[in-house]
Amino acid sequence: MRGLLRQIWNTKGLARWILLVGAIVTVVFVLFALFAPWIAPFDFNQTRDAAGVKFEKLASPGSGHLLGTNDQFYDICSRVVWGARTALEVVLLSVVLSVVIGVPLGLVSGFLGGWVDRVLVFVMDAIYTVPYLLLAIIFAFMLNDRIGSGIVAAALSLVAIYIPQYFRVVRNTTVSAREATYVEAARAIGARPTTIMRKYLFGNVVQSVPVIGTLNAADAVGTLAALGFLGLGIQPNEASEWGYDLSRALDDAQAGVWWPALWPGLAIVLLITGLTLVGEGLNETLNPALRRRRLLPVRFTPREKVDAT
Amino acid sequence: MPTKPEILSSSPTGRSEVVLDIDQLAVHFQLQGGALSRLFGLKARRVRAVDGVSVSLKRGEVLGLVGESGSGKSTFGRALLGLVPATDGRITYHSQDRGERRVSEMRGAELRQLRTDLQMVFQDPHAALNPSMTIEEAVGHPLVIHKIASGKALKTQVAAALERVGLSPVERFLPKYPSDLSGGQKQRAVIARAIILNPEVLVADEPVSMLDMSVRAKILQLMLDLKQEMGLTYVYITHDLASAKYFCDRIAIMYLGRIVEIGPTAEIFENPRHPYTKALLKAIPEPDPDRMVPRDLPRGEIPDAAEPPLGCSFHPRCAEAIEGCGWESRDLRTLIEEHWTRKVEAYDDEKAVIGDLGSLDQPSTTARIGAGGAGQVRALLDRIKAEKPDEPLWKGVRDIEDAGNAVEVHFVPADAPKLRRAGGVDVACVLYPDES
Repeated sequence: MRGLLRQIWNTKGLARWILLVGAIVTVVFVLFALFAPWIAPFDFNQTRDAAGVKFEKLASPGSGHLLGTNDQFYDICSRVVWGARTALEVVLLSVVLSVVIGVPLGLVSGFLGGWVDRVLVFVMDAIYTVPYLLLAIIFAFMLNDRIGSGIVAAALSLVAIYIPQYFRVVRNTTVSAREATYVEAARAIGARPTTIMRKYLFGNVVQSVPVIGTLNAADAVGTLAALGFLGLGIQPNEASEWGYDLSRALDDAQAGVWWPALWPGLAIVLLITGLTLVGEGLNETLNPALRRRRLLPVRFTPREKVDAT
Repeated sequence: MPTKPEILSSSPTGRSEVVLDIDQLAVHFQLQGGALSRLFGLKARRVRAVDGVSVSLKRGEVLGLVGESGSGKSTFGRALLGLVPATDGRITYHSQDRGERRVSEMRGAELRQLRTDLQMVFQDPHAALNPSMTIEEAVGHPLVIHKIASGKALKTQVAAALERVGLSPVERFLPKYPSDLSGGQKQRAVIARAIILNPEVLVADEPVSMLDMSVRAKILQLMLDLKQEMGLTYVYITHDLASAKYFCDRIAIMYLGRIVEIGPTAEIFENPRHPYTKALLKAIPEPDPDRMVPRDLPRGEIPDAAEPPLGCSFHPRCAEAIEGCGWESRDLRTLIEEHWTRKVEAYDDEKAVIGDLGSLDQPSTTARIGAGGAGQVRALLDRIKAEKPDEPLWKGVRDIEDAGNAVEVHFVPADAPKLRRAGGVDVACVLYPDES
């Protein structure tokens, strides 16, 4: 892990720009999420102002509402800002959960091998074969009955589709790292299998996890919006969700009312782009297969100076 | 290089006491085979990496295991520590404080406990250290695992071990990662990790073969110093007889999973008996250009350990082979094919006479060849024999019998020679029959 931060800090050229732009875009959304109550002019489910006067329906941008209001009397600017919080909460929860489950599972499976490995690989591959959005819809349906349709439910349905990705990568790296001499050396000093996995394999197989993590995060934003768009995600009075807003705005957009659709859509695109750029930038930096050694430019001493000495 | 000076044993009980007793040890590996044979569960072939090795290791001695790649020497070393399970045979460890223990029957926790007494140094120092552990963690980890020391005591012991292997000033090396060290320094760290538990036996698997020439002698000297200070017993695995001469008290020459010659270092070097030992000795480079020795090195490569040659497994490459070495069908095939490489123009005609050679691949003392009439095959075999009449294979032919269109060549059957006393050494070769 020590080298990781240094590597990121020392990135050069294209990788640096990709990483930088991605990080800036992502940080803006993170700020939205953290300080939503202060940035957003209204609450995400507020339809009346402080005096109790109901907002105008589909008010055009500028007139008291920076980005206008939508067909449910919500202030669009506030919805977009609060939406960042929902999106990032779901993304963070789902990525953390799938890492916490997927990585140890892959580690154990790759290290133990045998039938444990076979069964797990079979199950994970089976999950993989189903189109992921379909799978997310199924899980969202199933969870709807049990724990409702909040942020946790949305995150859990994403977890199910991301676990196999971490599992696969970690399992495959473990299988190759298992044969390394330092693992045999660990056995030779009397380490237990759990110690070998924790102290010798873990640090060497998680290298690619940050890359998948950020790319998955980008993917999660899209999937969450898709679920919301289909009406399976978070309900509008529970939290602000861009996908849901987008689906509501669709009919109005055909009538020339463009603002309720533009802003949530733009937010989705920007956040996905930002996270993807971070992921690609990390991949460019951390993936040894893509890394190139740079030669330092050679500078010759000017001739006069050499003569003078 | 000079022969190693005699070092007085530091063990109070004397030199003759046995630490490790290996009796008919065998380690066989199952080959995976192709996808089809795995799918249908066909009989898998097995590689006999170690095939019936008996040797006993005396306290305080350095036993060298020398052989080419694929001779099973590394597998043998790993089996001593229980890192590879023994297929057959027994390894008995005579512990100083815990008495007699069977390594070959240990599993799990018992085996892990054993590692405080038997340790290993690996060939590749660049791979033997966990890249994400500092030297301090790596060297101290054995103590943590066996709950021997922690906190301050751990740090002192790690520092002492690093000091001992010459990694000083210690403070400079403690926080380093393996990638910051040179090969020699890494190997020193690996040795430090091995000796920190105060083991009795150290198995060193080619500890210097991956190092720079300039560092090798230093590491070997370090190991000799450690042996004297700590009363260690070494099993030194190498393919380099020159370093074994410098380092070992006794040398065992291994070929295809068996010991072919074992004896005191001086005796092996002065009076090598097994033809393979002679060949290995000739392979040592000579720095003096005027004293170039004739290099009739063994022909060909080390054979497939899944189907070793019949009889003595060295006979296809042996320069001194006689009739009782275990000649067989595969040797005949090699001979005929060599003949064709010399006489390319005769290939088409003779191939028609000989027919398919595939049947010779099944190891057997009866080889049936020919498709164009027995007389013609006989004539062809005579021609081949006339080309190189002193080819040892012909000595092993008992008779040639007509069998229809083909001939059957019968070879003298032979068992693999056993290790037998010959002068000061034990040697497994038909040239040295039992002295008694």
